[in-house]
Amino acid sequence: MYPIVDKKVLSENVKLLKIKAPLVAKKALPGQFIILRIDEKGERIPLTIADSDPKEGTVTIIFLEVGKTTKQLGILDVGDSLENFAGPLGLPSEVKKYGTVVCVGGGVGIAPLYPIVKALKKEGNFVISILGAKTKDLLLLESEIHASSDEFYIATDDGSKGHKGFVSDVLQQIIDKHQVDMVMAIGPIIMMKVVSNLTKKYHIKTLVSLNPIMVDGTGMCGGCRVSIDGKTKFACVDGPEFDGHKVDYDNLMLRNRRFVHAEGEACKMAGDQ
Amino acid sequence: MSVRKTKHEMPEQPPQERIKNFKEVPYGYSKEIAIEEAKRCLQCKNKPCMKGCPVEIDIPGFINFIAQGDFEKAAEVIKAKNNLPAISGRVCPYESQCEGECTLRKIGEPVGIGRLERFIADFEREKGKKPPKKPISTGKKIAVVGSGPAGLTCAGDLARMGHSVTVFEALHDPGGVLMYGIPEFRLPKAIVKSEVEYIKSLGVEINYDVVVGKSITVQELMDEFDAVFIGTGAGLPNWLNIPGENLDGVYSANEFLTRVNMMKAYRFPEYDTPVKIGKIVVTFGAGNVAMDCARTSLRLGAEKSYILYRRTEAEMPARAEEIEHARQEGVVFKLLTAPIRFIGDEKGILKEVEYLKMELGEPDDSGRRRPVPIPGSEEKLAIDTALVAIGQSPNPLIPQTMKDLKIGKHGNIITDEDGQTSVQKIFAGGDIATGAATVILAMGAGKRAARAIDAFLKKKP
Ligand SMILES: Cc1cc2nc3c(=O)[nH]c(=O)nc-3n(C[C@H](O)[C@H](O)[C@H](O)COP(=O)(O)OP(=O)(O)OC[C@H]3O[C@@H](n4cnc5c(N)ncnc54)[C@H](O)[C@@H]3O)c2cc1C
Ligand SMILES: Cc1cc2nc3c(=O)[nH]c(=O)nc-3n(C[C@H](O)[C@H](O)[C@H](O)COP(=O)(O)OP(=O)(O)OC[C@H]3O[C@@H](n4cnc5c(N)ncnc54)[C@H](O)[C@@H]3O)c2cc1C
Ligand code: SF4
Ligand code: SF4
Ligand code: FES
Repeated sequence: MYPIVDKKVLSENVKLLKIKAPLVAKKALPGQFIILRIDEKGERIPLTIADSDPKEGTVTIIFLEVGKTTKQLGILDVGDSLENFAGPLGLPSEVKKYGTVVCVGGGVGIAPLYPIVKALKKEGNFVISILGAKTKDLLLLESEIHASSDEFYIATDDGSKGHKGFVSDVLQQIIDKHQVDMVMAIGPIIMMKVVSNLTKKYHIKTLVSLNPIMVDGTGMCGGCRVSIDGKTKFACVDGPEFDGHKVDYDNLMLRNRRFVHAEGEACKMAGDQ
Repeated sequence: MSVRKTKHEMPEQPPQERIKNFKEVPYGYSKEIAIEEAKRCLQCKNKPCMKGCPVEIDIPGFINFIAQGDFEKAAEVIKAKNNLPAISGRVCPYESQCEGECTLRKIGEPVGIGRLERFIADFEREKGKKPPKKPISTGKKIAVVGSGPAGLTCAGDLARMGHSVTVFEALHDPGGVLMYGIPEFRLPKAIVKSEVEYIKSLGVEINYDVVVGKSITVQELMDEFDAVFIGTGAGLPNWLNIPGENLDGVYSANEFLTRVNMMKAYRFPEYDTPVKIGKIVVTFGAGNVAMDCARTSLRLGAEKSYILYRRTEAEMPARAEEIEHARQEGVVFKLLTAPIRFIGDEKGILKEVEYLKMELGEPDDSGRRRPVPIPGSEEKLAIDTALVAIGQSPNPLIPQTMKDLKIGKHGNIITDEDGQTSVQKIFAGGDIATGAATVILAMGAGKRAARAIDAFLKKKP
């Protein structure tokens, strides 16, 4: 069992949990994720490691409540425990000195971006961060990421904070002004697609972190397969980060809708109880 | 008195009923039938059947006790060599193992050794397993990676030799394929769990959620333990590599079976993991895994379940019993057909599969006649779900993270007969060493490795 040692409500449906998992904490690197299961009847779901503390033996996860499992997770509190918590999984981010890097985070994708921003900064990069959300209340880790960035921008769909519009508008302005050596984008699939299409025009290396539906996370089921440059890769062992210019985003969107109908049913059940 | 030429039948659920549930298909022998079947054994002096048993069970020995009605003694004989008899008694391909060597085959069917083993294991479980005697501790520590049949057997045997054994398992349940692959109706999960409990009662500790190579490295295990056994199996699914394989509706057998078996999707929404099946399901491949997929689909409510295979029935790798069970349940075999592409609708949802008819040509390396496509024979079939069950390759996670471990060209860890790898302290066995094989071969490998590890530790100061 993996006890919850801290909890923060970041916005109405975005929560942060700190979990005691010493083995995972010891090895976790930016870009990696865990797979958890709440209880014996639960589904296995992947969440990115937003932070880790090897001394304390804790791992932080930040999640958006979208369905049965994430909603149930959001109800748990300090003192509760998770049945399973396996990781760190996937390959770590390619953290090295690139020069000027732009880190783009959208929605709950901001959470996994945070450890990468910190690590890129530590390597001596000039880090420009752009965070995007529907509205200002949904922005995560704003001050934390701001503090680790050399330049910092915000974009909201409704203009409640920063630029009114998409992160890609801000990215375009930055590309117009700066020599950009690398772009790291994590967020909704559509955001990563738009960012990648933009940077492709300028031949800027772009990394994205993909979030297909997973089961085991060890390369056994192939459920997480994504199409990269026409080749099939397993996001849990070959990723989750890939060259943004080579990803078939439409296929990923489609595969992530595979169980939409069924999940509705599970939520209804949970609501009825 | 002349010997009965055929095995006693094992009563089973009628096909029309069993396709509506996930309960085990055969009921097992009654005491009376078991004794009758045991009496068919000739008690051959040279024990030819034993040559076919990778875990070295004294077959005539235990059968003799059954014939005398002493089931407890029979259990002791089996347990002296095999810690997992309820599992091997169900899924061991005994027709090509022990029963393949049985003298009675000269006049008819062999003794039903597998069925008798199953009978004894079930008898023992229902009565309550005897706690084994604790051996004197050697003070040596061994890490076992993976809790499939190879890992469990190796761990159990080492514990019985007095070593302290810790198993590291990536998933949340023990058993490997026994748990996530082989369906409930062939191997009930409660039985796997009960066998694992026995292994634990021998003193073996099992840690879940530990992905070796990620959560902890083999190097770290080598520093902490006196020896390491790797039994990580062949978990990597093979693909057809045809267009449309990433459409919504195409699953690997592993994903499909894991959702249904380990995550219990067949009890969705009581359990949270879903699976989508639709009306028409096509399974590609003709091994045990394919039969399991096709039969599971029927139980999930598919109206039609097809098996598409490139060759003919004679070449099907599945056990005859599984093919027979599938056919009884209404699985339709489309032989000499090879898929060429999957076709989806505008939303990317699988709608059809296109395939070519084949004919048999010259024999290939394996001696089987090679299927060759008949030009212009394209046909399409409307389908909802495609299950790809054309084999698995060794799990690459550990080989990738252990540079000095010698790896074969199929990604398998290279070992000698006893499981010794190219690194002194590391042993390996089961599917990770041989490529996808069988439960009993994995158990045999675990057993030999345990003996080799014991010898290695005794040599060490
Ligand atoms: C490597 C990886 C890292 C991730 N990191 C985070 C993270 O840090 N924070 C976070 O909030 N989420 C993250 N996700 C997504 C998260 O796993 C899903 O939101 C979660 O599995 C949904 O489970 P549920 O039972 O709550 O929702 P469900 O009831 O299963 O689904 C609700 C809706 O979400 C869709 N959905 C299901 N699974 C996914 C998925 N994997 N990605 C996108 N949509 C999905 C469903 O189709 C449905 O429309 C990550 C996913 C991956 C693969
Ligand atoms: C659907 C299906 C049906 C089958 N039917 C039969 C049958 O009827 N009869 C028969 O004899 N054989 C059958 N087989 C084959 C048989 O199951 C396998 O040959 C056998 O299970 C191999 O055993 P193993 O111990 O080598 O590996 P596995 O059973 O694959 O177990 C490996 C274990 O290692 C774990 N693992 C992997 N990587 C790591 C890691 N890095 N760290 C920690 N743990 C790890 C896995 O999670 C798993 O639990 C079937 C296989 C399948 C898939
Ligand atoms: S384990 Fe398999 S080979 Fe050995 S006696 Fe049992 S059925 Fe026969
Ligand atoms: S070969 Fe057959 S008949 Fe002879 S001892 Fe073995 S099981 Fe009995
Ligand atoms: S989640 Fe199963 S292979 Fe990646």
